[in-house]
Amino acid sequence: MMATITRRPSITRRISTFFYHYPGLSLFLLLLPPLAWLLIVYIGSLAALLVQSFYTIDPMSMLVKEEFTLSTYEELFTAANIDVIKRTVYLAAAVTVGCAVLAFPLAYYMARYANRRIKGLLYLAVMLPLWSSYLVRVYAWRLILVKEGVINSVFEQLGLGSVVEWVIDRPYIGGTGTSLASTYLGMFLVFVYIWLPYMILPIHAALERVPKSLIDASSDLGARPGYTFRRVIFPLAFPGVVAGSIFTFSLTLGDYIVARVIGNSVFYIGPAVSSNLSFNIPLSAAFTVVSVVIMVIYLLIARRLGAFDAL
Amino acid sequence: MPSKASWGLKLATAAVILFLHFPVALIILYSMSEETGTFEFPPRSFTLRWFEVTWENESFRNALLLSLRVAGIATVMAIVLGTLAAAALYRSSFFGKDAVSLLIILPIALPGIVTGIALRSAMSLTEIDFSLWTIVVGHATFCIVTVYNNVIARFRRTSYSQIEASMDLGASSFQTFLYVVLPNIATALLAGAMLAFALSFDEIVVTTFTSASGDETLPIWILNKLTRPRDRPVTNVAAVFVIATTTIPILLAYRFTAGTSEE
Repeated sequence: MMATITRRPSITRRISTFFYHYPGLSLFLLLLPPLAWLLIVYIGSLAALLVQSFYTIDPMSMLVKEEFTLSTYEELFTAANIDVIKRTVYLAAAVTVGCAVLAFPLAYYMARYANRRIKGLLYLAVMLPLWSSYLVRVYAWRLILVKEGVINSVFEQLGLGSVVEWVIDRPYIGGTGTSLASTYLGMFLVFVYIWLPYMILPIHAALERVPKSLIDASSDLGARPGYTFRRVIFPLAFPGVVAGSIFTFSLTLGDYIVARVIGNSVFYIGPAVSSNLSFNIPLSAAFTVVSVVIMVIYLLIARRLGAFDAL
Repeated sequence: MPSKASWGLKLATAAVILFLHFPVALIILYSMSEETGTFEFPPRSFTLRWFEVTWENESFRNALLLSLRVAGIATVMAIVLGTLAAAALYRSSFFGKDAVSLLIILPIALPGIVTGIALRSAMSLTEIDFSLWTIVVGHATFCIVTVYNNVIARFRRTSYSQIEASMDLGASSFQTFLYVVLPNIATALLAGAMLAFALSFDEIVVTTFTSASGDETLPIWILNKLTRPRDRPVTNVAAVFVIATTTIPILLAYRFTAGTSEE
């Protein structure tokens, strides 16, 4: 009996006690693997990206010349490439507005009117497309938009085939091809569809946080529902809209799959990055650095508008 | 405020939900369509033949296998790294803590193309050859956050006094982890793992930058088939596979965390 009590604690027990006495050390050891991974793999890669963008392609050998130069950036800021960047930013902005317009009513209904069960179902209906099958959901729109696709088929059966052609011929929303898939409108629709959940969730979260007492106070003071919405609810929910716009804007800016599966032959940042990849990595890298810079500017504006408190 | 929603609002809500889901329903519909060239709506006749044809296609099976392996390995790595990070961060405060949590979220917050081209640049500078493992490295990096988010949310709701009680009763740290902490976080861990798996399984952007040209994951296989109209029936069936393989884990993850999480 005595022997059991005085026996030296087991090795695992001693290790465990040791860590208990040095919480700082255990914190360090816990944090070391994930932090090392992210610093080496991720931050390291981002640094490599920046470095690459200051290299250039040797025109004779077509190989990357590993010395510091600004010539890749000179190549980047030619008129054609600036057009690519501008066009992508316009598209991203339009998609953001489109998402906000569609997301708000749904988020509003979820936050204010839906009972517990309906809210759970709606939440799941929004979450599911957020996490699943990105490529497949883009591909689905190919079935819808191409010439032999669903929209054409339905419109022709209704005898409205000319409406589709009329839309394709419109400037700004139309395109040069023969199907809706090659129009700006087509790309806009697909992007809105793909990123919509990213807008719904932050707006919903922001609306949930509007205290009921504020709304009661507003109506007690004589405001009509519409006035309360404009002056109380919407201003409080607006940071949620900005928070959602961070995702819709940045994801559209960086996407290159939609343009490849749906779009027309017009270039956007994403496709420009991937098409330069095999023969001019520095130019791809420089394009990416520019889109990251645009994103950082956007994030700074978003922070001023209070978006980070709404995330 | 009126306590009942107006008809307009209800209609808008229903329309948006429909908009979010009908394209995926269309794919499932056309994967069973007899017609191969056009997408006449509604399809005239149905068959399950294409499922058999697809399954017998060797390149499809290879792609499916590669996707499952990548997602499996990336998920295991994300579980380990994400749980460690959550355990380290939930009760501590130290200089740079915000920077660390930002660092965990960054790979998923930045567009995939940034992560992809950054990894590609690094691999090209360090002359690492593309393989299964280069795909896994990319996937594990952006999957850490899903496990981290779920586990840290559960940690915050778990009272620390349980752990103290376990220690006071003489359990070692290992025993406490095994018998107290792990049962508490198990479902959150599982939910995070499911989301990580789904995220990895259908990831395409980062994958295109980090895979060898011969290695096709299922999404890349689909992407390569897209421009060939002859392969449409097979592509549709493969798409249904992706939908199933990503939707089921997400529904399970939702069940595991329902009622216990605001997320």
